[in-house]
Amino acid sequence: MQPVVRPSSPSDDSARNGSAPRGSMGPAPGENPAGAAGSFGRRFSIEPGARPDNPGVPLDLDWVKAVRVNRSAVERRAATLPARRTVKKQWQVAWLLRAVQVLDLTTLSGDDTPGRVRRLCAKARQPVRPDLLASLGVAGLPLRVAAVCTWHELVPAAVEALRDSGIPVAAVSAGFPAGLSPLAQRVAEIRASLAAGADEIDIVISRRHVLTGDWRALYDEVRAFKEACGQAHLKAIIAAGELGTLANVARASLVCMMAGADFVKTSTGKEAVNATLPVGLVMVRAMRDYMERTGHRVGFKPAGGIRQAKDALAWMFLMKEELGVPWLGPGLFRLGASGLLNDIERQLEHCATGRYSAAHRHPMV
Amino acid sequence: MKISRILTTMEYGPAPEDDKPVRSWLTERQGRLGLFIGGQWRRPAGAEEIASVNPATGETLAHIVQARPEDVDDAVAAAREAAPGWAALPGHVRARYLYALARQVQKHARFLAVLETLDNGKPIRETRDIDIPLAARHFYHHAGWAQLFETEFAGFRPVGVVGQIIPWNFPLLMLAWKIAPALAAGNTVVLKPAELTSLTALAFAELCQEVGLPPGVVNIVTGDGRAGELIVDHPGIDKVAFTGSTAVGRIIRERTAGSGKRLSLELGGKSPFIVFDDADLDSAVEGVVDSIWFNQGQVCCAGSRLLVQESIEDAFIAKLKARMETLRVGDPLDKAVDIGAIVSPVQLARIEQLVQQGQQEGAALWQPSWSRPEKGYFYPPTLLTGVAPSATVAQEEIFGPVLVAMSFRTPAEAVALANNTVYGLAASIWTENVNLALDMAAKIEAGVVWINCTNVFDAAAGFGGYKESGFGREGGREGMWEYVKPAWDDLPQERASSPAKAAGEPAGTTPERAAGIPPIDRTPKMYIGGRQVRPDAPYSRHIAGAAGRPLGEVGEGNRKDIRNAVEAARKAAGWRTASGHQRAQVLYYVGENLAARRNEFAERLRAMTGCALEAALKEVDKAVERWFSYGAWADKYDGMVHHTLARHMTLAVPEPVGVIGIACPDDCPLLGFVSLVAPAVAMGNSVVAIPSERHPLAATDLYQVFDTSDVPPGVVNIVTGARDPLAQVLALHDGVDAVWYFGSREGSRMVEQASAGNMKRTWVNYGRNRDWFSRDQGEGREFLREATHIKNIWIPYGA
Repeated sequence: MQPVVRPSSPSDDSARNGSAPRGSMGPAPGENPAGAAGSFGRRFSIEPGARPDNPGVPLDLDWVKAVRVNRSAVERRAATLPARRTVKKQWQVAWLLRAVQVLDLTTLSGDDTPGRVRRLCAKARQPVRPDLLASLGVAGLPLRVAAVCTWHELVPAAVEALRDSGIPVAAVSAGFPAGLSPLAQRVAEIRASLAAGADEIDIVISRRHVLTGDWRALYDEVRAFKEACGQAHLKAIIAAGELGTLANVARASLVCMMAGADFVKTSTGKEAVNATLPVGLVMVRAMRDYMERTGHRVGFKPAGGIRQAKDALAWMFLMKEELGVPWLGPGLFRLGASGLLNDIERQLEHCATGRYSAAHRHPMV
Repeated sequence: MKISRILTTMEYGPAPEDDKPVRSWLTERQGRLGLFIGGQWRRPAGAEEIASVNPATGETLAHIVQARPEDVDDAVAAAREAAPGWAALPGHVRARYLYALARQVQKHARFLAVLETLDNGKPIRETRDIDIPLAARHFYHHAGWAQLFETEFAGFRPVGVVGQIIPWNFPLLMLAWKIAPALAAGNTVVLKPAELTSLTALAFAELCQEVGLPPGVVNIVTGDGRAGELIVDHPGIDKVAFTGSTAVGRIIRERTAGSGKRLSLELGGKSPFIVFDDADLDSAVEGVVDSIWFNQGQVCCAGSRLLVQESIEDAFIAKLKARMETLRVGDPLDKAVDIGAIVSPVQLARIEQLVQQGQQEGAALWQPSWSRPEKGYFYPPTLLTGVAPSATVAQEEIFGPVLVAMSFRTPAEAVALANNTVYGLAASIWTENVNLALDMAAKIEAGVVWINCTNVFDAAAGFGGYKESGFGREGGREGMWEYVKPAWDDLPQERASSPAKAAGEPAGTTPERAAGIPPIDRTPKMYIGGRQVRPDAPYSRHIAGAAGRPLGEVGEGNRKDIRNAVEAARKAAGWRTASGHQRAQVLYYVGENLAARRNEFAERLRAMTGCALEAALKEVDKAVERWFSYGAWADKYDGMVHHTLARHMTLAVPEPVGVIGIACPDDCPLLGFVSLVAPAVAMGNSVVAIPSERHPLAATDLYQVFDTSDVPPGVVNIVTGARDPLAQVLALHDGVDAVWYFGSREGSRMVEQASAGNMKRTWVNYGRNRDWFSRDQGEGREFLREATHIKNIWIPYGA
């Protein structure tokens, strides 16, 4: 496939065909405004609040087959990336607050009830204790999570609980988590979820299409979901832990994007292995590749097994390093988690008081 | 900065590592550090001092001492005194000391990391995650070799006192690479760190005190090149181990020539980083980052020449430029900084000058849009594209964060470009095709080949170069050989080479002569490229037989005959890639055909040397046996798979050195020749041999044996004549990869000195004779090690 959009060169080469830049206007050592903007931020002129804009493209099998992923090299990068970046003091606070802002606060248990979902929604509205925010000096910050994510059956309860909060409701539809119910029923479920008031739809792909290399079937399936979604955002869960290889992770992500997925998402949270950094790295590289060649933006959502604040920061470093700052906003990045929030609250309290905090000091879900 | 503001920019902010413990360590020593000699600290009154500067700030951290001649004398004397006791310790006891050192490095890891970063300017992330853990790992690994020394190195003993000179780019890690194997094998050391970065070595000396290492086993002397010269020239040193530039390595080679000092050199590089169109390109981009922007590019094995397949060149360069934008240059103590400071203003100026020259020669420069810090010696990551192989920046080691890029069309062209350099340290190959990867690994002339990875190190694997990147290996079993010598090797150095003239009955009386008929003249020519060719200049030299009576003549070889022979040897490359079994067949066949002419060769030996027939037959029989020995070895001198990292296959492959020039001894004119030529060719080398100057006819008689034994043309070439002048031409020849010399002491010196031109390996006898009939001295693994060098191929795997 030929690139639809040829990204412009990051900058005018001729502009710096001189000696090395050595400016007195330069930033302090260790600061890097270009890195902050991110390479794609500049290439595509993406605003920090940007959202996906992916109508999809025709299936390109040559592209899918040309995918190469070297597992050892990917793992090496994934292992060193969190060790290369860190945030301290007020920067740590800001990054943790941002982690809250990109949270898809999730409950996907078999024993979920409307009452449980209402508690979750209350937490979504006020994820961090107001006194804590005040002591951190951000009392006025309108802090809320990015979305609440639950089952189709519990969408009405969530919609009711979140009324006027501005917090969208995401429904896992289409035969979650195995995706093995009849396609017509899965499509119908999406429509039903939207009718019930869901703003976003998280679907899970048919792993069998990936494992048998039936990319056409996968494309058609996601395309059907996309059509059912209409204007609602479609997050495609590739269930990476069940795809066998990282190359399949990349191929499945690509095909989902070609079919029009607004987000690609790592896991249902129900696989034996869920969101890992190597999987995430492969997916964001596929996203970058897709965006470079088509010009269409896609969002990313790791989910499953993200329980600690430092895990959240590692995912955020990955986004900033590989895609740029726009992928640190809720428009293009979500963290799918539930228990994570409590750990973030504890870390924030530590930042505020200098004392290590305890879980019971923060309101539970 | 306000949190709400950070939430709009999502900057990282500063994250400095605390340097207080290191500051107080320096303060406790009043910023003045001494020499560590014989277990004592010494700070001579009025000694010349050198400031150790933090390159990130220009601040002076401490003052070190410029060691004086008497200091180096004392250090060597202390090491000498400690040597017998240290060598005599059971391996297990040495293992306990090395284990203690490993633990001590590990326990003080963060202190050493911060000190290293302050002194060198490299990022704390690297000292913390790479340098110091690897240094500890090296001591652990070699504690193991000490433990196993008696069994795994049976028949070997330590070399003695080792002088070690290390560079500023990995100060503590290079110290570990030097000291750990030396101590494991039972040597004592005098080590000189680089004057720019001596602090961690001095901190290490304190660790040696803390573990109670016997005084004199490790001595650290500081200072600039003058102190290095004192070590290199010191008569009390048995071996010099050096890591640094090829230019200085060359000087060391010349200065130690003829001294009998063993030498291992780990020198410069201009290593290729090769990306094929079927590589995981994003991963390859990260590989480039780890390759040339690791340690500010101040890495001898840095993949500084990017070779990209033309079909993906634009895409790859675009990805690379995008990645360069996100690199962070700045305060090395900041935990989120990728690239720290260049070690010194001199080095910075050199980088700037070379980049400028690259641009003048037509390269396009690209640097990220952000600017480098004003204070301190910083240089941004730099990419030069449109670089021709002829450009200075494509040939010269820049030793900075500067990558030069060029494209290739085919694998063969990638090999040609990769090998188009005087260096041969490392290579990195990126492709998902295992056939292609291994083919490239076999063809690239480099001591370390990383497949789909780069700058991966482990103490269990050897590290070292081909060509002008030096010789000797560090790490693994192959590295241990640099610090041992055969137990029998205690011949006095002074012994001159003058084989006793065997008194025997006169030989050479032929039936013709008896009948008064003149014999048919039979004067051997040169043997070059499988043909007998006349000498370039038609001169002949008389060969005297026993009791000095004339025996015949041989051609008087000159430099052009050597030149022609080397050309022929280089063309015999097919021999190198033949299987061990194929080579074995030829070697056995040579032995068979030699055996068939047993009496004829014995008569020739008698006629030349006047030895008894029985002795002559014994020599021929031994020569036959030796061909068989190396026929046997040809398919048995295996490599190893090292235990390095998890899911990494690390293949240590012995490869032929290439073209070996061999000056053969006068004693045992047939057996000496065979003992040297056979192992060389068994391992796949081609040789240019100078037979015994005094008794060359047994070797020239072998022409017909080679001709009838399927020896491919050019594998064995023989030039007769005056040994030393011919050996000198070989030693000076840049197309010769190694020279073995078994002649006089002066000739040995001459060969070692002349070899410095292309830093070829040498193996000389310093005028001492070995017993060619002995199994220990006359054949075996020692010969095979000289005939090969180890290439370590790293193959990480994972579905």
